[in-house]
Amino acid sequence: MKQLIIRIGTYILFMMFTTTTAFAEASVSNEFPKIDTGDTAFLLTCAALVMLMTPGLALFYGGMVRAKNVLSIIMQSFFLIGLISVQWILFGYTLAFGPDINHLIGSFSWLGLATVGQVPNTDYAATVPHMAFMIFQAMFAIITPAVISGAFAERMKFPAFILFTLLWATFVYDPFAHWVWGTGGWLREMGLLDFAGGTVIEILSGISGLIIAIFIGKRKDYNTEVILPHHLPMTVLGASLLWFGWLGFNAGSAFGANGLAVHAFVTTHAAGAAATLTWVMTEWLYHGKPTVLGAVSGGIAGLVSITPAAGFVDVLPAAFIGGISGVLCFLSVSRLKAKFSYDDSLDVFGVHGIGGIWGTFATGLFASKAINPAGADGFFFGNPHQLTIQLIGIGASVLFAAAGTYMILKIISALAPIRVDADQESVGLDLTEHGERGYIYQDLTAGSPLAFSGNEDPAREMTNLNWGIWPPKP
Amino acid sequence: MKMTKIDIVTRPGKLEELKEALNTIGVTGMTVSQVFGCGLQKGHTEIYRGKEYNINLLAGIKIEIVVCEVPVEKVIATVKRVCSTGKIGDGKIFIYPIENAIRIRTGEEGAIAILDPKDIRKDLV
Repeated sequence: MKQLIIRIGTYILFMMFTTTTAFAEASVSNEFPKIDTGDTAFLLTCAALVMLMTPGLALFYGGMVRAKNVLSIIMQSFFLIGLISVQWILFGYTLAFGPDINHLIGSFSWLGLATVGQVPNTDYAATVPHMAFMIFQAMFAIITPAVISGAFAERMKFPAFILFTLLWATFVYDPFAHWVWGTGGWLREMGLLDFAGGTVIEILSGISGLIIAIFIGKRKDYNTEVILPHHLPMTVLGASLLWFGWLGFNAGSAFGANGLAVHAFVTTHAAGAAATLTWVMTEWLYHGKPTVLGAVSGGIAGLVSITPAAGFVDVLPAAFIGGISGVLCFLSVSRLKAKFSYDDSLDVFGVHGIGGIWGTFATGLFASKAINPAGADGFFFGNPHQLTIQLIGIGASVLFAAAGTYMILKIISALAPIRVDADQESVGLDLTEHGERGYIYQDLTAGSPLAFSGNEDPAREMTNLNWGIWPPKP
Repeated sequence: MKMTKIDIVTRPGKLEELKEALNTIGVTGMTVSQVFGCGLQKGHTEIYRGKEYNINLLAGIKIEIVVCEVPVEKVIATVKRVCSTGKIGDGKIFIYPIENAIRIRTGEEGAIAILDPKDIRKDLV
């Protein structure tokens, strides 16, 4: 046994040594492609901006849940920075972007980032080190499953969550990213336009969120008790960080500090701004009050919808896409959800699913080669065929996300419980899953009736309050 | 000496004014808590992402005071004067007799425990 470990260890060391040598040779002997320092600096900055979106999402979601679940939802985002980064480095990146197998998935050639180093990969980003492209894409892979967590907020067990996201990232995100962005991927070859992830990120997460919300069932108090966001300023802070990061998310998808990046930056901002206006106006008309939660939700809806289109459409169409998205997403969270009575806790489907579908469709309407010669003309620029391709892309992402998510959920539910039990749910996931509280004091409307209790016997606990000391001594 | 506990449940916005008014009639100690409650009022509506919620339990404050020297009637009159707006939601006053009071620091019991030592009249000691 010991010998076997030594042998494997020696082999790994040998492999590491030889790959490093291969790099050194490549960078010395091959003068072209040349690294552009501006592009590299820009892409690394954008990767950092996108990284900040995940903690931003955690705060955005965190403010919308009840006080007793604030840490559980923040943990579900923050933990993924760790989990998916490691998955991505080990095998996620090679599955998504590695050398193509049958137009369906990347091969294992880049396992553990083998040969992914300081030399540019001309297939993806010709002027930056391959590793810069890899880490930029890693941030996308992290935030996508984090977005889904909003659909099952306040009721999923943490171990089931880890298993779900790991399987989902590997069997849904990585293959689909290959289809759309990987060299040889079938949707890419077909000509699907998805600049920064309308299908890969928004539709996949939105549809998966809907499936899981239906599968796991409604929250215990849904429609019987009042469930309110416990800290809207936190939600505003999170949404602002999302918007901030989104500028890097879309502009960075130009993979260079160039005109297209500037264009994507501006279209992104225009769409977010327009949707903020339209969501607030629509809600004002329907309910008589312009709400803050509506304003930030509108901003996110607009940013979602422009994601596939950012580098393909002009600025005015971008604002139009965002404006329509604000209305569509508002109606889907306030009307559609009530009509079909599913509990998508934080409206992952209503905002990301609907916004992503609309944006991917609208890309087929407004795309223009005058904006991006590497793209295609859309319906309004004399190419109705592009709309068909976009519809196929939408259909593929909806079906793949729904089927993949459902199968993963079936497998996990055979292995372990997915949902917390009723008592855990009423006490809150912060205490029962993580043994922590977000706030020392939790009020009646936003907290749990057993806010001070971690023990099985609430009556005993209520007479034995441990002010400021946690966990209570037995 | 007879001690009386007075609980006042009222609007949060009245706290400062009430504290001042009680101070001027000689009530120096009080315990204030944030409470949620409902009485005759129907609550109000809040809107989150287009969904309307009826909030029945409204935020209020509860002021608990214990008096012995200050006449209870004077406290009631003051609270009524300060807290009355004529609208639903002004709150309630509850009055209870107190059996005993103990100052934890010194162990003093009875009326002395709730009085400021410099206010204590000689005949009481």
